[in-house]
Amino acid sequence: MSGTGPLGAAGALLRRDLTLFFRHRSEIINPLLFFIIVVTLVPLGVGPEAATLRAMAPGVVWVAALLAAMLSLEGIFRSDFDDGSLEQLVISPQPLALLVLAKVFAHWLVSGLPLVVLGPVLGASLFLPNRAMGTMVVSLLLGTPVLSLIGAIGVALTVGVRRGGVLLSLLVLPLYVPVLIFGASAVSSAAAGLPVAGPLALLGALLVLALTLAPLGAAVALRISLG
Amino acid sequence: MLWRPGRRPTPAAAGIVADEAIVDDSPEIAALAQRASRLEARALECVRNDRVLFRDLDAALEPGQVLQVEGPNGCGKTSLLRILCGLSLPGAGEVYWGDAPLPEVRTEYYEALAYIGHRHGVKGELTPIENLRFHRALAGGTPDRVPGDALVHLGLEGFEDVPCRTLSEGQRRRVALARLLTTRRPLWILDEPLTALDRSGVAVVEGLIRDHARSGGMVMITTHQAIRLEGCVLGRLRLGG
Repeated sequence: MSGTGPLGAAGALLRRDLTLFFRHRSEIINPLLFFIIVVTLVPLGVGPEAATLRAMAPGVVWVAALLAAMLSLEGIFRSDFDDGSLEQLVISPQPLALLVLAKVFAHWLVSGLPLVVLGPVLGASLFLPNRAMGTMVVSLLLGTPVLSLIGAIGVALTVGVRRGGVLLSLLVLPLYVPVLIFGASAVSSAAAGLPVAGPLALLGALLVLALTLAPLGAAVALRISLG
Repeated sequence: MLWRPGRRPTPAAAGIVADEAIVDDSPEIAALAQRASRLEARALECVRNDRVLFRDLDAALEPGQVLQVEGPNGCGKTSLLRILCGLSLPGAGEVYWGDAPLPEVRTEYYEALAYIGHRHGVKGELTPIENLRFHRALAGGTPDRVPGDALVHLGLEGFEDVPCRTLSEGQRRRVALARLLTTRRPLWILDEPLTALDRSGVAVVEGLIRDHARSGGMVMITTHQAIRLEGCVLGRLRLGG
């Protein structure tokens, strides 16, 4: 019998969400395709000069990653809201914030982690120097979970609204800006051979902040959306 | 679980304690303590789209009782059930579980509650058995029958391993109802549980409700169909005049 405590329930939810994602692959593949397409179109638009592309690479990869993450956000709570599973989560005796965290983690594993893996590959296609690859991976590894966590609050607030997509972008984008700035600047610094500890530390701080506060915020937002 | 020695179980609930020698912290006693709690609505008001659906609504549900909420479409039955589940807030008034207002005993209340709404929370991409396993892990508390048995009881033998989206609406509803059997919950709140069920399905649900009430459980139900619950303490709550 799989666990009956809060952690057992969160584990079961994580397993269930991963199963659902893998049985419904198009939902996770679309944002990844978007990420790849945007980055590969940039050289066609701005020209193939290595110097220009190298200078743009950190920003382009990070902007595309951010938009791809935003495209996939709806998927965190939408289907659960539509079929009533969300109500069952809210009226379960388990702490809702923990269940939200499990859902966000599952979502990040299938939508954020592939971005982390693809980031350096797409960076290389834009002549990003090799010495910046490590920083690219670390910055995405620290930054994309923040995008998912902040996004979860936005989705939780708008899940009850029909066509809440625009509202979601308006809510979430301003909060994404710091992640974009520190993420892209870390990679740029690394490409220029400058120290990267500063922006990475700030990204880490954002992650800790989001990890502690976002599940609580999203849990409250879900209760409001259902009420 | 909270067991207050000062509060005696009601006779209906006491019927299930056959053995005096049960130790105090055993699951049976815990279950009984839950059963001894009662659900009460005091002076509830619900306003939807500037229309008052109900006002000053008082209702109580004791262990061993079935309460059927009646009324025409749009009279606020679902709204009432959602308020009682703590999913929406009433315009005024309070819901009490035992002696405490709902927000103070949320966790204990949710350990006692099974709610099946219009949208019954069955995942189309998962098989019935996966759905039930997940809900059992989510519900925690005292497990009851294993998911396979519960599905057989609901007449879904042979459908355990097909995705729920390929099942008919009535079969999906049965999967949702099977949740009632996989974890032990003293309070059932069922919103139109008979929708899309065939005659044998209705009979199974009637049996479930009767057995539950007889063993000291509480059931709150809305339905437009005729439901036969002989031998149950059946209350009726009429909404919308």
